[in-house]
Amino acid sequence: MTLEEFVENFANQFEDTDASEIKAETAFHDLDEWSSMIVLAIIAMANIDYDVTLTGDDIKNAVTVKDLYDVVAGRME
Amino acid sequence: MTSLLEEWSKMEVEFNPFSLKGKTILVTGASSGIGKGIAVACSNMGATIILVGRNNERLQATFDLLGNGDHVICSCDLTNQEDVARMVDGLPSLHGVVHCAGIGQRVLCKQLTEKVLDQVMDVNFKAPVLLQTALLKKKKIESGASIVFIASMASWSPSMGNGAYSASKGAIISYANCLGLELASRGIRVNCISPAMVWTDLILKDGLTETQLREDESKYPLKRYGTPEDIANLAIYMLSDASIWMTGSNVKISGGAF
Repeated sequence: MTLEEFVENFANQFEDTDASEIKAETAFHDLDEWSSMIVLAIIAMANIDYDVTLTGDDIKNAVTVKDLYDVVAGRME
Repeated sequence: MTSLLEEWSKMEVEFNPFSLKGKTILVTGASSGIGKGIAVACSNMGATIILVGRNNERLQATFDLLGNGDHVICSCDLTNQEDVARMVDGLPSLHGVVHCAGIGQRVLCKQLTEKVLDQVMDVNFKAPVLLQTALLKKKKIESGASIVFIASMASWSPSMGNGAYSASKGAIISYANCLGLELASRGIRVNCISPAMVWTDLILKDGLTETQLREDESKYPLKRYGTPEDIANLAIYMLSDASIWMTGSNVKISGGAF
């Protein structure tokens, strides 16, 4: 998993936000479409695609997409 | 001369339609959450408990909390049919079975994969059904026994990401209705418990933060989520002879939540 792949996958969880708006340094909590449903989508994405368990708190504590990438990368074997 | 009060207290001891004395009850998922709560509560009502779960160490922790009795630990992976057959062969006759083992996994419908569906259905639906089949084939269920499935209010009450879990619980309820019909001639009763949110690892590992759960909890009419003990008391009723005319029922227990 590269950072670029992760960002693309992360952006893909959104329906109405253009992927070009989401970059590694994007503070994702500020996105208009950000919602509790997207949180569930991101947690399931980490689980299904990377076999990593993320908690709601992990997402709450991360500011940028890269922050979250670091958490997921750190938990991958 | 004994006082009236003493007479009354004596009567109270004798009048206990919820007693599980003399009953042997198998509880799956006994190492945590609702299963653990039910195992402990049933032992305190006098039952002999057969604790089933995957992890011996965690089952031992439940075992240590049980009331007096000749309880037994059976570590078994209920999704492995060879393991199940081996366990069932060694079991005594049962007066009660509580199917508690289950997993929760929140995945949005647009993300569902075959693997996720298989995981959820294997544990929440196929495993209890096939265990029940094995118990019946090997004639381990006594006439007049009570079988309880821990389902969920999620089976009819939607929440985001719960498609697979809700469907698995709906499936087990439908199955339980048929099982109840087939076993009624032997006086064996089959009922489901459908709880709303109960404080267990299952919901804490489910992707929502504790803050979100606390906020949701405050909206419950009775102002709190359930505890395993709340559910255990209903299980005691269903397992005891107090509910002898009850079969094919699915009881919602929810703190007032719909």
